[in-house]
Amino acid sequence: MEITGYNVAFIAIAAMTVTSAIFVVTLPNILRSALFLMFTFIGVAGLYVLANAEILAAMQLLIYVGAITVLILFAIVLTQQLMGARITQTSRNIVLGGVAAIAVFAFIATTFVSHFSKGSDMIAAQPAVPTSDPLLMIAKMLIQPYVLPFELASFILLVAMVGAIVIAKEDKD
Amino acid sequence: MNKELLLTAGIHLLVAIVILGFILFVVMYMIWGLRRIMGFMQVRIGPNRLGWQGLLQTPADALKLLQKEDVIPKGADRWLFTIAPIIVFVPAYMVYVVMPFGDGLIAKDLNIGILYVSAITSIAVIGIVIAGWASNNKWSLLGAFRAAAQLVAYEVPMILALCVPVIFAGSLRMGGIIEAQEGGWFTNWFIFRGYGIPALAFLIYMAAGLAEVNHIPFDIMEAESELVAGFNVEYSGMKFALFFLEEFAAAFTICAIAVTLFFGGWHAPFPFLGENLTGIAKMAVSLFWFLAKTAVFVFVLMWIRATWPRVRVDQLMNFGWKVMIPMGLFILLAAGTVVTLGWVKL
Repeated sequence: MEITGYNVAFIAIAAMTVTSAIFVVTLPNILRSALFLMFTFIGVAGLYVLANAEILAAMQLLIYVGAITVLILFAIVLTQQLMGARITQTSRNIVLGGVAAIAVFAFIATTFVSHFSKGSDMIAAQPAVPTSDPLLMIAKMLIQPYVLPFELASFILLVAMVGAIVIAKEDKD
Repeated sequence: MNKELLLTAGIHLLVAIVILGFILFVVMYMIWGLRRIMGFMQVRIGPNRLGWQGLLQTPADALKLLQKEDVIPKGADRWLFTIAPIIVFVPAYMVYVVMPFGDGLIAKDLNIGILYVSAITSIAVIGIVIAGWASNNKWSLLGAFRAAAQLVAYEVPMILALCVPVIFAGSLRMGGIIEAQEGGWFTNWFIFRGYGIPALAFLIYMAAGLAEVNHIPFDIMEAESELVAGFNVEYSGMKFALFFLEEFAAAFTICAIAVTLFFGGWHAPFPFLGENLTGIAKMAVSLFWFLAKTAVFVFVLMWIRATWPRVRVDQLMNFGWKVMIPMGLFILLAAGTVVTLGWVKL
């Protein structure tokens, strides 16, 4: 494989993403797991940048790192029993879980292998630079053909928020 | 090895080092300026002994911090305790990639510019929460809770306010937003256009920005008088210096972004003050105007720090959710309306 800036960056970012993903599911300290989850999310954002999808990368950082990881950390820190506790990340159903995991992995792997065997060389090929501004394309898509799903998504979020307030509200009597 | 690749990597590394040097220099003299200005405002002198007018005081303080023993409390989570200051500092440093210092003086004019800034800065809060938790100290943890609540709450009005110049310029790119304010005279700056909507957005941005960088009157996550020093109470030496560096670098960023979005970026206020130059002279003059305008806002921040009391936690939360966010939504609607109806000349 030729050494290009793209390949070096891809391998570095992919290695970081996969390594931190492994740490997320193996570390005994749940706060450290959450921290590595953040590195995984940042790695995915980096892969988006390499695929010329900067807007997606920024959204990944803003939502997954800036909001979801913070929420997870907040929940962990607020739960007193978890402070300093060492937890195992495997349950009693380790055999069944393992079988399920292997099945899912096999499914994804066969999909990839069949894709590669068709002749596309995904690792060496650098994604094409988009001809028009991708930002503009996404904006137009969201405003014109996909405006209804877009608005529906925000409506669902609103429903979830109202629901959360109703559940959390104290009973006056 | 690929020679071209090494050359590109070398140039990028050089730019990164220059930016880091710039941050260190600016933060050092921001701290010196803060101490002298606060001294002046409080009718005392401030550091004036080491070097001319005390100019060598902060470099000396930095050297002192570097030499200090690296103390990690017994009950702390060593690994998280060490990594937290790095997580806090790196995003504040990465923001400078899209900082438009002058005509052609921008490391990379990303097409998502301002979105990149808000995405990157949202990472810092994780470092603060981790620092507070890893210290295994009640004050730290309380500070971290406050930090998470405050930073997440004030991120929303900040992004809403940032949307206004983006709508007016029709671009997220830093360069594009500055181009939209071109024309020589200061009346082309967004702050003086659009029926005062950008001016209102600027006020919301600055208030939310103060909260985001943990600045008085919104520094409740440090709150010396109630929380000792909040999330960084257990930190000392170089790790503490990193938190300090981040705070000042972020304050400079807030001012620089305000200049870029609302005050014409590196453009001179009058066309005869350097708008007709070309080449290296234009670069130098535009850098001067950018830094001069930013320095004015840095001074205003210090002025605020020297004169305003701190708000209470509940006041801060009420102000954020019940005043700032509705106002942000309102100006977003107003800006969208005037631009869609064509009431502003773009």
